[in-house]
Amino acid sequence: MKDDLDLILDHIDQVRLSRRAFLNRSAAFGLTAALGTALLPMGAKAQEPKKGGILKIGLGGGETTDTLDPGLSDSPVPFSVNRQWGDTIVDVTADGQLEPRLAESFEANADGTVWTFKIREGVKFHDGSDMTVDDVVATFKRHSDENAKSGALGIMQGISDIKADGQNVVLTLATGNADLPYLLSDYHLVIQPKGGVDAPNAAIGTGTFKLTSAEAGVRYAFEKNPNDWDTTRGHYDGVEILVINDATARSSALQSGQVHMINRVDPKVAKLLGRAPNVSVVNVSGRGHYVFLMHTNTAPFDNNDLRLALKYAINRQEMVDKILDGFGGVGNDIPVNAAYPLFTALPQRDYDAAKAAEHYKASGHDGSPIVLIVADTAFPSAVDAAALFQQSAAAAGIPLEIQRVPDDGYWSDVWNVKPFCASYWGGRPVQDQMYTTAYLSTADWNDTKYFNTDLDALILSARGETDTAKRTDIYAQIATIIHDDGGVICPMFNDFIDAHTDVIAGFEKDPNYEMMGGWASAKTWMA
Amino acid sequence: MVHPVIKLVAQRIALGLLLLLAASVLIFVGTQILPGDVAQSILGQSATPTSLANLRAELGLNEPPVTRYFNWLGAVLQGDLGKALTNGQDIAEAMGKRLGNTLFLAFCAAVIAVPLAIGLGLIAVRYLNRWPDKLISMVTLATISVPEFLLGYIAIFLLSVQFRVFPSLATVYDGMSLGEQLYAIALPVLVLVLTVLGHMMRMTRAAILNVMQSAYIETAELKGLRPFTVIARHAFPNAIAPVVNVVMLNLAYLVVGVVVVEVVFVYPGMGQYLVDHVSKRDVPVVQACGLVFAAVYIGLNIVADVVSILANPRLRHPK
Repeated sequence: MKDDLDLILDHIDQVRLSRRAFLNRSAAFGLTAALGTALLPMGAKAQEPKKGGILKIGLGGGETTDTLDPGLSDSPVPFSVNRQWGDTIVDVTADGQLEPRLAESFEANADGTVWTFKIREGVKFHDGSDMTVDDVVATFKRHSDENAKSGALGIMQGISDIKADGQNVVLTLATGNADLPYLLSDYHLVIQPKGGVDAPNAAIGTGTFKLTSAEAGVRYAFEKNPNDWDTTRGHYDGVEILVINDATARSSALQSGQVHMINRVDPKVAKLLGRAPNVSVVNVSGRGHYVFLMHTNTAPFDNNDLRLALKYAINRQEMVDKILDGFGGVGNDIPVNAAYPLFTALPQRDYDAAKAAEHYKASGHDGSPIVLIVADTAFPSAVDAAALFQQSAAAAGIPLEIQRVPDDGYWSDVWNVKPFCASYWGGRPVQDQMYTTAYLSTADWNDTKYFNTDLDALILSARGETDTAKRTDIYAQIATIIHDDGGVICPMFNDFIDAHTDVIAGFEKDPNYEMMGGWASAKTWMA
Repeated sequence: MVHPVIKLVAQRIALGLLLLLAASVLIFVGTQILPGDVAQSILGQSATPTSLANLRAELGLNEPPVTRYFNWLGAVLQGDLGKALTNGQDIAEAMGKRLGNTLFLAFCAAVIAVPLAIGLGLIAVRYLNRWPDKLISMVTLATISVPEFLLGYIAIFLLSVQFRVFPSLATVYDGMSLGEQLYAIALPVLVLVLTVLGHMMRMTRAAILNVMQSAYIETAELKGLRPFTVIARHAFPNAIAPVVNVVMLNLAYLVVGVVVVEVVFVYPGMGQYLVDHVSKRDVPVVQACGLVFAAVYIGLNIVADVVSILANPRLRHPK
């Protein structure tokens, strides 16, 4: 233990160990937090968040067509913009725990059909008005309205009644859902005054920063909200978000010091960028994954032997090494991974040309080329990934024909329309939401056209199950069905790769989304 | 009796307007045959047949195309470009800002590039086939041959990452002073100048060489004028028509064709604005942008024609 303590003190002297890491390690040696803090010399105390400065963020994934309506956010820049000015009632922490935000606490009845959220008091919107229970109810009602076109509509449709009860919001569900608080952490469900019904684009919320200027696809500026209800966050005087869609422009802006942090570093340059002076690259494995989708109701993919043949014919490790440059993990033909709560790992399916050939033969396919449609918008380097797939399949005697199409129109004319194409999923906070969005027979985005009543029944029963062990078991069954019979080929889970200059302190890994789940500006500071 | 030059100029302008009208038809037809449905694009994957039908009616998509064309044209003539379908912004206002940025960048690039190209052209002729001519030709041909995005990246690497002289981001926004804006756009201006320089310089050189064979040049030389004076005072004015045409072509390019440079330097101009709206099938914005671009092209070509007419002494001084 003596050596360990010396090591810690050594690190503190070099101000290498963050305050949190220090407290964690000292706790591991049985030191109390108070003693741990007392051991910190003056130099390390400087790691306390410093106030001040204007944070400049360069983000890819914004367009001139973006709006400020949180219900319509569907890309990284609007997501990050919402995070500056708004809050949800619940959030998911970096280690996957639920954290009450604008709700102070929440509880469910025994079967998960009635949920009560106690709303925090004394919180003010940027316009000075009080955030009330009615605002929360109005927000949820707006996102439940089909005309509002909210991205959270699918979540809200499961809620049959929304009402205020004193300081509580009571939500009644048609069928029990043990994951409801996770669903309400959805980034669309930002609480707005009067639900944002009259002014969905006003960008007035309860967040760390107030919007001062917005030009879609170009630049957003914010100033510190002096009345922030959460005093542990918000160290900058202001934030500026610059939309930089070109990956090279983004990394050069970071290197030249024009911005302090960027998202979506190209995996191919991430290692090089990490070697640049004064720049740190932060990669975190998340729930996002790249997929090749087969429509299980369309020939030849209606034959499970052919599906298995293709699943065995893809080299997952090669994809991770060459397409992600190592910044990711192998997939296992299910849309979930260890980043999800209640996850059970299945035996890993590897590239096996012999087994692929065997299944291909058993499928009785006539030998005509199987057409895989792909565009670069499907995921970064999707066309290269398809070429690798083509090569590994050819080694098993399976002829793949790659049909490359333009990015423009891909999401309306190819994905969810053509029987075999490339795509990506951003992942969801919980398994139920991932399966409900894309694997339930009735889902709009059932993009493998997989219609399996047994699977539907399992998904619905897991949702209402409050016994964790039973639930974990049901999710293992669901995963097994999709792994063995489903239409998804999932070669890899991609990392979020952000980078920041060394001026920034407090940047931590958060698997929820890039930029510390969108909270980088609220939680970091300038050292 | 109207002066023939005025008549000719009036004819050019009338023809230009007619051409613009024809362009408006083409733009309208072009946006109608874009694959994909506007209502579908707006509502996304979860669109129901009823909501699609409602939105189509709201957008007037059920009217026959000819009626829609005249409705659109009528509104445009009254200065109403409509509202963007995607975010409901007033197009004239949103586009005005972008157009202003684009013109600012194009103007700054042109102010440097045009005199520089013509000056270099004159010098090249003065030292024809000697080292200054060869050096100028070599450098300008090299810069025109390198793709502009690569020029951009090289400029960023050298001038903003290695030696932090200029910013790599050219984002300009309200509240920046003119000085700050000029500093911000230094690199894109540099790249654009290098891109358009070669074409104009080569044309100047070729056009002047063409008139250098004339008898009056020989006379001027025999009178003992300095070679540069002969070129600048006697040859160049007679070579102005082809040079103006090329200059205008390049100016038009600076306004409508710089989307790649905009992306590399993150400059909020018209190009990115148009591309974003095309991919979202925001037809009113695409039509408005198309019309503005057509007007710029046609307008600059009219200017080129008029200057050519005025540069012709026979037309200026009729018998």
